[in-house]
Amino acid sequence: MITSFLAKALGRNIVIAVAILLVLAALVPALNLLTTSDHPLHVPTYIVSLFGKYLTYALLALALDLVWGFCGILSLGHAAFFALGGYAMGMYLMRQIGARGSYGNPLLPDFMVFLNWKELPWFWYGFDMFWFAALMAVVVPGLLAFVFGWFAFRSRVNGVYLSIITQAMTFALLLAFFRNDMGFGGNNGLTDFKDILGFNIQANGTRSALFAASAIALALSLIITSGIVRSKYGKILVGVRDAESRTRFLGYRVEHMKLFAFVVSAMMAGIAGALYVPQVGIINPGEFDPANSIEVVIWAAVGGRGTLIGPIVGAILVNGGKSIFTAAFPEFWLFALGGLFVLVTLFLPKGIVGTARQFVERRKEYRKAREAEDARTFAAAAEPQAAE
Amino acid sequence: MNTLVGNTKPNSILYLDGVSVSFDGFKALNSLSFVIEPGELRAIIGPNGAGKTTMMDIITGKTRPDSGEVFFKGSIDLTQKDEAEIAQLGIGRKFQKPTVFESHTVWDNLELALNRKRGVFSTLFYRLTAEDRARIEEILSTVRLTNRKDDFAANLSHGQKQWLEIGMLLAQEPELLLVDEPVAGMTDAETAETAVLLKEIAKTRSVVVVEHDMGFIRDLGVKVTCLAEGSVLAEGSIDFVSADQKVIENYLGR
Ligand SMILES: Nc1ncnc2c1ncn2[C@@H]1O[C@H](COP(=O)(O)OP(=O)(O)OP(=O)(O)O)[C@@H](O)[C@H]1O
Ligand SMILES: [Mg+2]
Repeated sequence: MITSFLAKALGRNIVIAVAILLVLAALVPALNLLTTSDHPLHVPTYIVSLFGKYLTYALLALALDLVWGFCGILSLGHAAFFALGGYAMGMYLMRQIGARGSYGNPLLPDFMVFLNWKELPWFWYGFDMFWFAALMAVVVPGLLAFVFGWFAFRSRVNGVYLSIITQAMTFALLLAFFRNDMGFGGNNGLTDFKDILGFNIQANGTRSALFAASAIALALSLIITSGIVRSKYGKILVGVRDAESRTRFLGYRVEHMKLFAFVVSAMMAGIAGALYVPQVGIINPGEFDPANSIEVVIWAAVGGRGTLIGPIVGAILVNGGKSIFTAAFPEFWLFALGGLFVLVTLFLPKGIVGTARQFVERRKEYRKAREAEDARTFAAAAEPQAAE
Repeated sequence: MNTLVGNTKPNSILYLDGVSVSFDGFKALNSLSFVIEPGELRAIIGPNGAGKTTMMDIITGKTRPDSGEVFFKGSIDLTQKDEAEIAQLGIGRKFQKPTVFESHTVWDNLELALNRKRGVFSTLFYRLTAEDRARIEEILSTVRLTNRKDDFAANLSHGQKQWLEIGMLLAQEPELLLVDEPVAGMTDAETAETAVLLKEIAKTRSVVVVEHDMGFIRDLGVKVTCLAEGSVLAEGSIDFVSADQKVIENYLGR
């Protein structure tokens, strides 16, 4: 059962993408750790962390593609799942600080001491254990997606209305996490992390390991999503996207189909967030900003929605562009991003990867047609000779 | 018309009695009643806006009636169920506008329609069995699409899409088939072939066909119900119905 699922998942493009990711997971850390800084192939640590961050964005974009590209659910709240995963990891990292905080309290994080709290709130229990935090990084976003999706899909909220309530969801979380009495560090969020699983979070080796973990998580998620979209279930998702009522009248429970994809997608976004936080060293309520979720949609659109690989490419390219661009003209980034979105929508509606695929297919068809033509003229030319 | 007494209900495949529904005060169905017997092929005619599509919406659970009874196989109350449940009970529906999965191949369209377990996990780990393959191939030849099986449904002609949708209904293996204007936009040859196809299908199940094309209705040669303004105007053979004064006034004469 599982093996046939995996066999179907591994199309040629997916195998290539997974291979590239796995090579990067080994090569980049090696070039960072095993070469000295004057070596021509040396990869500096800040680049390792920067690209590690891009990979987590790519995972977020891939998660969005599962629901948007294949099921037509334009979620404008996916950054919320990412941020929740991030907070779960952030809470673990906070508790690892222990007595090394400014106030030296072995149990309470600094911001709680500052707020004069005497006890650790119940929802911080267990986060001193990595496995528990890692579990929560997928369970909490998954649960939120389940509850939200259960109501939204059952009441058949569709299209723009669904997009709007996903924005409302992330906005509500933004406001909630801003509050000090929520117990998540308020405005400042969680930061000043010291170590993860006993390793110094700033150390080159840790940074490299986090990069490798991000690449591997992305590769595994790519295999899983590919398996999902190539299964019969995945074909039903596309059916829901293109002709929802047809799927219903064939006897499928559309709300269950959507819910499963939405929950899986939210869990992947949570994993992405959990890998993001240790690499950037901070998580604050700004991650819930509705604009963040919209940016994810742009990454996916630029790369090509409904292609799985496209959103990964899009996330890395757009964020690479952002890093370069904001260094030069920080005020204009949002205009540039908006402009890019308009250009892609007008001229590359299938995105980079979608357009490239279309081009390759056209070439193939053209070549086939020409070969057939050649064969015919050849046969026609050969005939009279045969008669001689 | 509202005197459906005795044992008509337990012996029927589909039973509607006094069904009314209004949209913003407009009565789309006005105390509609009729009965379809097991194995029957029934044609339904009527002017635009008579409520024919609305009647199908009610039967398939898309619209809830304001009042009235709708029973399947005499005892299953369809007004309490939703689209997916009703489809699983064995009622298939072809839409007025052909609706197939355009970005899937003809084969995949049929595979998705096949009457198999429809849960998330059973579809996630579904594998095409030899039996399913044979069934799809059989349907492909019934609806004459064997040589287009690997083409995307988007690239089919209008008539072929109508047939693909009928094929998808067959794959569902329903006991009752509701077909809304199957020959709209078809050539005369295609129309004649569709009549043959529907008669063939009706040998093994009950079929309700809504059509405007009187030639096609004549080809079918079955009992006809004429609707107007949400209720039944006349019912009987095509000659009987088309001689009815009210039918001529409301529909044929227009
Ligand atoms: N969801 C709805 N909301 C409002 N009005 C509706 C709705 N569905 C149907 N109607 C109205 O109910 C009436 C009956 O429509 P219906 O589609 O059932 O007619 P029909 O007999 O199928 O006509 P046609 O031959 O044109 O397909 C029409 O006047 C239509 O405008
Ligand atoms: Mg109609």
